[in-house]
Amino acid sequence: MSTLEIKDLQVQVQTEDGPKEILKGVTLTIKDGETHAIMGPNGSGKSTLAYSIAGHPRYEITGGTVTLDGEDVLEMSVDERARAGLFLAMQYPVEVPGVSVANFLRTAKTAIDGEAPKLRTWVKEVNGAMERMNLDASFSQRSVNEGFSGGEKKRHEIAQLDLLDPKVAILDETDSGLDIDALKVVSAGVNRFREREGKGVLLITHYTRILRYIKPDHVHVFVAGKVAESGGPELAEELEANGYERFLEAAV
Amino acid sequence: MTAAVVSDALEQEHVESHLHPEPTYDLEAHPTPTGREEIWRFTPLKRLRGLLEDTPAAGSLERKLELPDGVTLSELSLEEASALGGTAPFDRLGALAARNAGSAVLLDVAAEADVTEPVRVQLHGTGTEEAVAGRVVIRVGRHARAVVLVEHSGSTTYNGFTTVLLGDGAQLDLVHVNDWADDAVHAEQINARVGRDATLRQFEFTLGGDLVRTSTNVDYAGPGGTAELFGLYFADAGQHFEHRLFVDHNAPKTTSNVVYKGALQGEKAHTVWIGNVLIRKVAEGIETYEENRNLVLTDGCQADSVPNLEIETGEIEGAGHASAVGRFDDNQLFYLRSRGISEAEARKLVVRGFFDDLIRKVTVPELAEKLSAQVEEELQRHVLADLELA
Ligand SMILES: Nc1ncnc2c1ncn2[C@@H]1O[C@H](COP(=O)(O)OP(=O)(O)OP(=O)(O)O)[C@@H](O)[C@H]1O
Ligand SMILES: [Mg+2]
Repeated sequence: MSTLEIKDLQVQVQTEDGPKEILKGVTLTIKDGETHAIMGPNGSGKSTLAYSIAGHPRYEITGGTVTLDGEDVLEMSVDERARAGLFLAMQYPVEVPGVSVANFLRTAKTAIDGEAPKLRTWVKEVNGAMERMNLDASFSQRSVNEGFSGGEKKRHEIAQLDLLDPKVAILDETDSGLDIDALKVVSAGVNRFREREGKGVLLITHYTRILRYIKPDHVHVFVAGKVAESGGPELAEELEANGYERFLEAAV
Repeated sequence: MTAAVVSDALEQEHVESHLHPEPTYDLEAHPTPTGREEIWRFTPLKRLRGLLEDTPAAGSLERKLELPDGVTLSELSLEEASALGGTAPFDRLGALAARNAGSAVLLDVAAEADVTEPVRVQLHGTGTEEAVAGRVVIRVGRHARAVVLVEHSGSTTYNGFTTVLLGDGAQLDLVHVNDWADDAVHAEQINARVGRDATLRQFEFTLGGDLVRTSTNVDYAGPGGTAELFGLYFADAGQHFEHRLFVDHNAPKTTSNVVYKGALQGEKAHTVWIGNVLIRKVAEGIETYEENRNLVLTDGCQADSVPNLEIETGEIEGAGHASAVGRFDDNQLFYLRSRGISEAEARKLVVRGFFDDLIRKVTVPELAEKLSAQVEEELQRHVLADLELA
C-alpha cells in the first residue's frame, strides 16, 4: 500500500533578486498502484516539484504538506525520504567521480534495506538490472554517471529504480534525450516496476511520446507552478494535437 | 652513468627566474629568509623550530629496513654523496640538511636488477628537542626497476635532503608516507635526475605533523624520461602542509605529469601547493600536465594552489595545468542521499572518490589499502564526528 499526498504545496528559491516563488499551491494524490503523468512547458516548475518532494536543499517549502502513507515527508531528511520509499529519477543525474556504480548501488541498497544484500544474489540482481537496461556489465566498475552519455544516465536511473524498489517513483523527464530504442527500453523498465504490487509513479514529461509506452491513469497539465487541469489519458491526446497554448493563455 | 657524464649533460644556459633559485651547496648563497621571498612566503618560518639555523643536528630517527636482493645500503661521507651527482640544494633548508647530516646513506639498486619486493624504510621520530638532518642518495642503475617505500612516523624536527639518480631506462616508484605525530616538523628536499628513457613515479602522502614542507625537483639527464609526481594530503586543524614541485624540462621528448589532491578540515588547516614547470629551449617535443585539487571540508581552512608554467620553446607536444579549491558538491551529496545513503556515508563516498584515482596508482597493494583506511580515519576525526553530534 502506498499513497503520496501533496496538498497546496508552495515552494520558493533564493535568487540574486530575492526569493522567487515557483510552486503556487500544488495539490495531487497518487494512490496505490496509480500512474500519474504531469505535463507542462519548460520552466513551469515540474522539476521544482520533483526536487521539493525529494528534499533538495535549494528549494524552500513555504506552505502545504506532503505525506507518504500519512507520514510527514517534509519533516524527513533527504535520505530518510528515500528510506521511506520515495525515489527520484533525475532529469540531470549527477556525476560522482571515483565512486563506482557497484559500490554506490550496494551502499544504497544496504541503506534502504537496513542490511547488506547477500553478495551472491546481489551481483546477479545488479547484472540483471543492467542487462535489462542495455547497459554493459562493465558499467558497474565505472564512476557513477561519469562520462555516461545522456541516454546511459537515464537508463542507469531506471536500473536503480529496479534494484532499490521504492514505493513511489518520481520520474523527471526520464524520456528526454532518448532515441526511440532507448525510450522503449526505459519504458519497459518503468512498466515492469508498475507491475509490482502497489507501486505509485509520477511521470513528469514535456512530450507525449512516452505516454504511448507508459499508459497513465491520470494526466495533469502543469502551468506556471500549479496544476491547470486534470483528466484521463484523453488529456494527453489533446496536448498532442493542440499543444499547451490553451492552458498558457488561461494562465496569463 | 658516471657523475661526470651527468654534469656534462646538464651544462646548460642559465634561466633567470625567481621561481627556482640557482641550486648550490654553498650555504652563503642561501641567506636566512625574511619570509617575504617567493619561495618562503607561504611557510610559517617560526614554526620550523630553528631548522633554518646553521647548527649541528644532534638528533636522529629510528630506522627499520627491509632490503630485498639487488639492493644495498651503505654509508658515505657528505662529499662522496655530492660527488655522485644530482642537483644541488635549491634553498637554505636543503643546503643545511646536506651540510649538517654528518654522513650520507646510499641506497643502491644494481643495474638491471628487477626488484619486485618493495624496499621499505621506516623512519620513526622519538622527540622534537634535537633537530635531525638527513642526507640520502637513492641510485637506480640502468634498466633496473624498484619500489622504495619510506614511512615517516613519530615526533621529530627533521630536515632531509634526498638525491634520486635514475640511470638510463630505470624505473623507480618512490613513495613517501608522512604520517607524523601532531608535533612533528619535517622539511624535505628531493632532487631527482631522470635518465634517458627512465621513469620516476614519486608519491608524497602527507597525513600528519605540525608542519610539513616538501620540495620535489626533477630534471632529466637525457631525452625520453618521464616523471610522474603524485601527492595526497589531508590537513587537520592547525596543520601546515606545503608541497612544492619543480619540473625542469631540460631535455627533449621528456614527459611530466603532476597530480596532487588534498582535503582540509578544521580551524587553520593550511595547505600550499606550488607547481612550477620550466620548459627550456632545448626541450622540444615534451609533454607536461600538472593538476592540484583541494576539497575544503569545513570553515576556517585555507588551501593555496599556485601553478606556474614557463615556456621557452613553442615546439612542444602539450602543456596544461588545472588547479581548484572547492567545497563538497551539494548536488553530489543530494544525489547519493536521494538513494537512501546517510549524509555521513555520502560524504565518505565523495571524499574516498576524490582521492580514488591517486590511491589506485600506488603499486603496493597493502599500502593502497592502508592509505584508504587512513583517509577514512582522518575524515572520521572531524567531518563525520561533527555530523554525528548534530
Ligand atoms: N535555483 C533556482 N534559482 C532561480 N530560479 C530557479 C531555480 N530553480 C528553478 N528556477 C526557476 O523556476 C522555474 C521552474 O523551473 P523548473 O526547473 O522547475 O521547470 P521545469 O518545468 O522542470 O522546466 P523544464 O521543462 O525545462 O525541465 C524556472 O523559471 C526556473 O528558471
Ligand atoms: Mg525540469
